[in-house]
Amino acid sequence: MEKFTVLNALVAPLDRANVDTDAIIPKQFLKSIKRSGYGPNLFDAWRYLDIGQPGMNDAKRPLNPDFILNQSRYQGAEILLVRKNFGCGSSREHAPWALQQYGFKCVIGPSYGDIFFNNSFKNGFLPVVLSEAEVDGLFYDCALPGFRLVVDLERQTVATTDGSKSYKFDIDASRRNSLLNGLDEIDLTLRHADEIRAFEARRREQLPWLFR
Amino acid sequence: MGRTLYDKLWDSHVVHAEADGTALLYIDRHLVHEVTSPQAFEGLKLAGRKPWRIGSVVATADHNTPTTGWERGLAGIEDPISRLQVDTLTANIKEYGAKAYFPFLDKRQGIVHVIGPEQGATLPGMTVVCGDSHTSTHGAFGCLAHGIGTSEVEHVLATQCLVTKKMKNMRVSVAGQLGRGVTAKDVALAIIGRIGTAGGTGCAVEFTGSAIRALSMEGRMTLCNMAIEAGARAGMVAVDDTTIQYLQGRPFSPVASEWDQAVATWKMLLSDADAKFDHEIKLEGQDIAPQVTWGTSPEMVVSVEAGVPDPEKEKDPVKREGMERALAYMGLKPRTPIQEILLDKVFIGSCTNSRIEDLRAAAAVAKGKRVAANIKVAMVVPGSGLVKAQAEKEGLDRIFRESGFEWREPGCSMCLAMNADRLEPGERCASTSNRNFEGRQGAGGRTHLVSPAMAAAAAIAGHFVDVRAWR
Repeated sequence: MEKFTVLNALVAPLDRANVDTDAIIPKQFLKSIKRSGYGPNLFDAWRYLDIGQPGMNDAKRPLNPDFILNQSRYQGAEILLVRKNFGCGSSREHAPWALQQYGFKCVIGPSYGDIFFNNSFKNGFLPVVLSEAEVDGLFYDCALPGFRLVVDLERQTVATTDGSKSYKFDIDASRRNSLLNGLDEIDLTLRHADEIRAFEARRREQLPWLFR
Repeated sequence: MGRTLYDKLWDSHVVHAEADGTALLYIDRHLVHEVTSPQAFEGLKLAGRKPWRIGSVVATADHNTPTTGWERGLAGIEDPISRLQVDTLTANIKEYGAKAYFPFLDKRQGIVHVIGPEQGATLPGMTVVCGDSHTSTHGAFGCLAHGIGTSEVEHVLATQCLVTKKMKNMRVSVAGQLGRGVTAKDVALAIIGRIGTAGGTGCAVEFTGSAIRALSMEGRMTLCNMAIEAGARAGMVAVDDTTIQYLQGRPFSPVASEWDQAVATWKMLLSDADAKFDHEIKLEGQDIAPQVTWGTSPEMVVSVEAGVPDPEKEKDPVKREGMERALAYMGLKPRTPIQEILLDKVFIGSCTNSRIEDLRAAAAVAKGKRVAANIKVAMVVPGSGLVKAQAEKEGLDRIFRESGFEWREPGCSMCLAMNADRLEPGERCASTSNRNFEGRQGAGGRTHLVSPAMAAAAAIAGHFVDVRAWR
């Protein structure tokens, strides 16, 4: 997994609540058996004026000029600022894959769909939770062209580049450690293989029908 | 202090816990389908790992499979990318094995959340995971069931555990009884209308109360299925005689002395009287009317007697903009009576509402009537091959066909439109599925979520009607 330490990046605001994973990456792109190639179809239905299908040359498709990520000032943004319940809906991990492959490394918002939130960490993609008021303030600040933020995972802060504003965020110690060090979760779990085997043996004895 | 059902399920599966509360949770049943598993199997292979307990895996292909043209065999999957995904699952199961695999064309194939319970592969007290958010369905059996992502699918394959943290406890009680024509689907939508699509975020929800106890297993599955639409990864209902009766004699249910031993264990799967819940929601069964969604989120829902809400009355600006955007997408005007909304298509199916009871309810409404002229397609997609066979045994297929409905082969179909069944831009659909998100049933398609009886009545009338007044 990719490491995440400090990110100083341009911020793009997506000002709508309850953005679901169907919107992040529509289902027709889920037919792929690969982990890559989802970036061009991030927010496909909002981003392009035509209806996207797998196999199209996305570079030649008509862009929706009203969609925020198509505006020149947000090109190269690596932080996506969002509203509440971002990533609700389906469990598709293609959602964080698409965000990441588009170029985002971090999303900042007040709340997330549970499964999306989990999936993000598995890919070194950091979902930061700030309060609704703090996020509101950042949407306001984002009106400033070239607005950047510094996300420091070690210190658990989101700050403006001049340091005039800084917000603290919470994160589980084990998730933080995995991201900072880019650890492979399966390897970590397999360190407990003996415990898993012992648990399984007890369970098999007590509830044998579960193992038929 | 007393423990909730969720506390008990959690406690009995913790293999190892870290100081920050992160735990390794043992997984009993791993359901696998073609869309979210290929990258997980590939990851396993690239790392040179073996599955920990392949006997926990029950697999099927459901998302991409067509609902017509089965006589053509695998060639019936016309989209080559879909075909590759289905073939990849078959190849992975061939290489690694499984307790059971119900491939495309098998008569037991179907939607993963329909066939798990149908086969007795979902049992009380289990932890059940699947790379699909509607895994919450299986909580109807008093198990801890939730959706996971593809990295977690790989993790469970490799370690038989999930790295997770305990959720909060929420209890949703529905007292009294439901009125005639009011179903589990209406209860689910009414709950989501009340608490919102993020109302259950971070929670495991237990559904209780006399109106829930009176539900069949099919109804409980519908309710738990929709827990994720309230933001809750897991929904559950405590075990009772209804649960036990449903499971007796299923192919993978325990037998002989193990059955008795299992039943004794299962009967303890309920919350203690003094258990504490972090959140409590209470509804009265008699207050719930048939529900119809009007917007692009399941929380945008009203009673069939109501009208489309007016955003001008909403004070929260983010919410108001969301409503305006939804109305524009849905092509609706504020205050339009729900029963005046004309429809183009009707879909009866999905992991929410494609079980035998759902098909019976829809057929009872459709019997002896004709689908309205303005309805281009009204399709019924059974949840599994076995549901289809049972419905045909009862003559439901004939009722549907004679009324002008299409009778299809099983699969996820137009719930998410990964196969050929979909809405065209601007088309409006009464659907028994679970999500009315923008583009969910096809780019530009407009989805209204309803119960099977409401969908069938809408197909006959050509617009929404109150099924309680249906003659």
